[in-house]
Amino acid sequence: MIAFYITSAITILSTLLVITRKNALHALLFMIISLLSLSIIFYLLGSPFIAALEIIIYAGAIMVLFVFVIMMLNLGRASVNQEKAWLSGKIWIGPAVLAAILLAELIWVIAVHEDIPVSPAVSTPKEVGMKLFGPYLIGVELAAMLLIAGIIGAYHLGKKKKVVYHRFMKGGTK
Amino acid sequence: MTPIPMDHGLLLAAILFAIGLTGALFRRNLIFLLLSVEIMLNAAGLAFVVAGARWGEPDGQVMFIFILTMASVEVAIGLALIVRIYHIFKSIDSDSADKMKG
Amino acid sequence: MLHLLWLIPALPLAGFLILSLLGARMNKKLIAYIGAGSIGISALFVILISIRFLVLLPEEAGFNQLLWSWINIPGLKINAALHLDALSLVFIFVITFVGFLIHLYSTAFMKEEEGYARFFAYMNLFIGSMLTLVLADNLLLLYLGWEGVGLCSYLLIGFWYKDAGNGYAARKAFIVTRIGDTAMFIGLLLLFTSFNTLNIQEIMNKAPDMFTSGSPVIIAATLLLLGGAVGKSAQLPLQTWLPDAMAGPSPVSALIHAATMVTAGVYLIARTHVLFALAPGVQLLVAIIGAATLLLAGFSALTQTDIKRVLAYSTISQIGYMFLALGVGAWSAAVFHFMIHAFFKALLFLAAGVIILNLHHEHNMFKMGGLRKSMPLTFWTFLIGAGSLAALPLVTAGFYSKDFILWQAWSTSQGSVWLWAAGLVGAFITAIYTFRMVFITFFGESNNTPEGKYSLAMAIPLVTLAVLSVMGGFVEIPDTLGNWPAFSNLLHSMLPAPVNTAGGTGTEAILQAIAALIALAGVWIAYHFYIRKPELANSLKTSWNGLHRYWYSGWGFDTLYQTLFIRPAVYLANIDKKDFIDQIYNGIAAFSKFLNRMLSITQTGRLRWYLAGIVAGAIISFTLMLLT
Repeated sequence: MIAFYITSAITILSTLLVITRKNALHALLFMIISLLSLSIIFYLLGSPFIAALEIIIYAGAIMVLFVFVIMMLNLGRASVNQEKAWLSGKIWIGPAVLAAILLAELIWVIAVHEDIPVSPAVSTPKEVGMKLFGPYLIGVELAAMLLIAGIIGAYHLGKKKKVVYHRFMKGGTK
Repeated sequence: MTPIPMDHGLLLAAILFAIGLTGALFRRNLIFLLLSVEIMLNAAGLAFVVAGARWGEPDGQVMFIFILTMASVEVAIGLALIVRIYHIFKSIDSDSADKMKG
Repeated sequence: MLHLLWLIPALPLAGFLILSLLGARMNKKLIAYIGAGSIGISALFVILISIRFLVLLPEEAGFNQLLWSWINIPGLKINAALHLDALSLVFIFVITFVGFLIHLYSTAFMKEEEGYARFFAYMNLFIGSMLTLVLADNLLLLYLGWEGVGLCSYLLIGFWYKDAGNGYAARKAFIVTRIGDTAMFIGLLLLFTSFNTLNIQEIMNKAPDMFTSGSPVIIAATLLLLGGAVGKSAQLPLQTWLPDAMAGPSPVSALIHAATMVTAGVYLIARTHVLFALAPGVQLLVAIIGAATLLLAGFSALTQTDIKRVLAYSTISQIGYMFLALGVGAWSAAVFHFMIHAFFKALLFLAAGVIILNLHHEHNMFKMGGLRKSMPLTFWTFLIGAGSLAALPLVTAGFYSKDFILWQAWSTSQGSVWLWAAGLVGAFITAIYTFRMVFITFFGESNNTPEGKYSLAMAIPLVTLAVLSVMGGFVEIPDTLGNWPAFSNLLHSMLPAPVNTAGGTGTEAILQAIAALIALAGVWIAYHFYIRKPELANSLKTSWNGLHRYWYSGWGFDTLYQTLFIRPAVYLANIDKKDFIDQIYNGIAAFSKFLNRMLSITQTGRLRWYLAGIVAGAIISFTLMLLT
């Protein structure tokens, strides 16, 4: 139980650090830490399969994708300065207020109920698999379709468009 | 080990969600926007897993798998879009794409 | 054969429907065939029907054809029925025949213009309405045709609507004639309450029995009908619209403002002649209006520079002659002059149109000149038309018709020397301004070279009308020259013959000789002033500049009406512009504009702003859910 609280503290801390960093790569690294601690929480909650999946897919694939894109966009020193310019103190207030109100309401909703402990049962991957091939089969199919759509969409968006030059420009600048 | 109260798990999810929301509202860089959305998705998934663990059923995990799938697709396409926006607007400031104003 | 009478107005109306609905998709040749062809076939039917009618000559001198029952309520029964007799026969002959020639001419004249189908649709509607007007057997159907021609006049004057000046001229024509139309409608209502019917023949039959000569009801009714006639025919005091109506294309001026619509007033008075005969005071008023108008317009025509405006004032003047004839009881003389006038005035307008077109829409006579050599066909036909207008003796039809009127003005019981003298002075002035126009335009050195071809479609109408302008007079040869009054004999089947009280054949011959001399004198004066010594004309103009300007502006009627009527009305309308009902409506519009401005501020185009909106909405709905 202690482990749960320590891990959740680390998660919250690192997530806070994610959104306040100026350098994108630093933020990404803190995100990875947050995801790792989150996966520990999953393990503590009796879902080892998800814990593993979180690390493999989320921290392993998605964050690496982010790193690739940041590399492509060349967000170096200039962007750091830009971020410094954008992140001033006063801008925090509006979003903080909104999120705080939402948070307050959520807390209120959660707190009015009595304490119910989490069941100590561990759900093995086998059980998850049986659920997936059983009642949630349609979800699997839909997820597959989503993935295909995603692949095609990403390919199409990433294609380099042929730039049409005016015929006067074809010869290049003199 | 003593069982973890469900409320605390949900509380954690709520706090993470709020943090992600703040980040989404606050940062102008599109990469950070996507990152904040990922945080929010994660928080929602955590809520699902906690709910599933309360009953000891793997249903929560199944939901999280779907969320994970959707998040990965969304990131892929979102990043492709960011690259496109960068080609067109030459910056990844979300405020620079405000041609639909007025 | 006579029962095909309904085809005569129906064909042009059908042409109008086809051209207005489908005209945008037709090519120009098809439009020309339908537009001119409908009138042509109508003219053919007129010829067939008139042959049959003249052979048959029914007893009551009229043929009725009931088409359908229009209004049938207790107390009011109006049919859509046509009535053919000698008067309407002459009119439909002129309308369809001259109308067909003008349509033929316009197929070539309007070829380069856009809105080709629209033009022919309007022209067909006009001819259909005019035919309805003259063939109607009750006053309400006549009024329908009356309104129709007014509408088409508006549409056609403002045909080139992109120029705001044309729209103004069209509105002026419509509003001025509207004043007359309102008077006429009140007259119609008065007649209905007196006679309980609007059928013309019934009214004509009942009137002498029900009312004595000079009774107030008849005087009021005829005055109101006269008001309508004065408006449509552009006589005093409603003559101001006709010169400005020359803004329309030349075929329009030829058809509407020379041959047909402006003679609707003459038709009306001739049709209801029984009523006018019962109100001698009003009939005298008709004659006085005619005499005054013909002099007024004649003097104005003397000073104009735009060739079409000369012809417009000339039209006003010649219709004054017709009114003069109607006023002295010489009904057939008026109708005869109408027919001859239609021929030569249409010819003059069409020839003027050829000149204007070939000189690229140049209207000013003083910028033309020497066109005699470069446009020979136009010159000769124009000369024939001008000769007919000036009533050159013996060879032109105009001589016979105008002389008929002058003789009747002298000799009938209602005529007087003064009316005859007015007509004579008018003839003198007519000759002067007509040949002034001819000499300035066609003689002298040329300032402008025309370019253009003669298309057959334009040449045929010109030649035909020229022939008619010469030969048309021979259907009514007066006593002094042979005595073959075929035309009047036809009309006397339904119109009373004038009673000649003063003078006999000898006087008539003397009067004819005087009129002939006057006409020739006018030609000689025009020749002297404009060919032999042109500087005389200019010096006369500068020394009498005030008078010249006064006559040029049409005796100042436009300014008079402007100050008397238009300015106060506009002033009152301006005061009323911001009353509280307007403010309600303006307020609604202003409020929605304000709302739009406020709401468009929320569309910033920025992503984070929209996200914040979503969050705010979520918070609000969440709160609402929690609270309830």
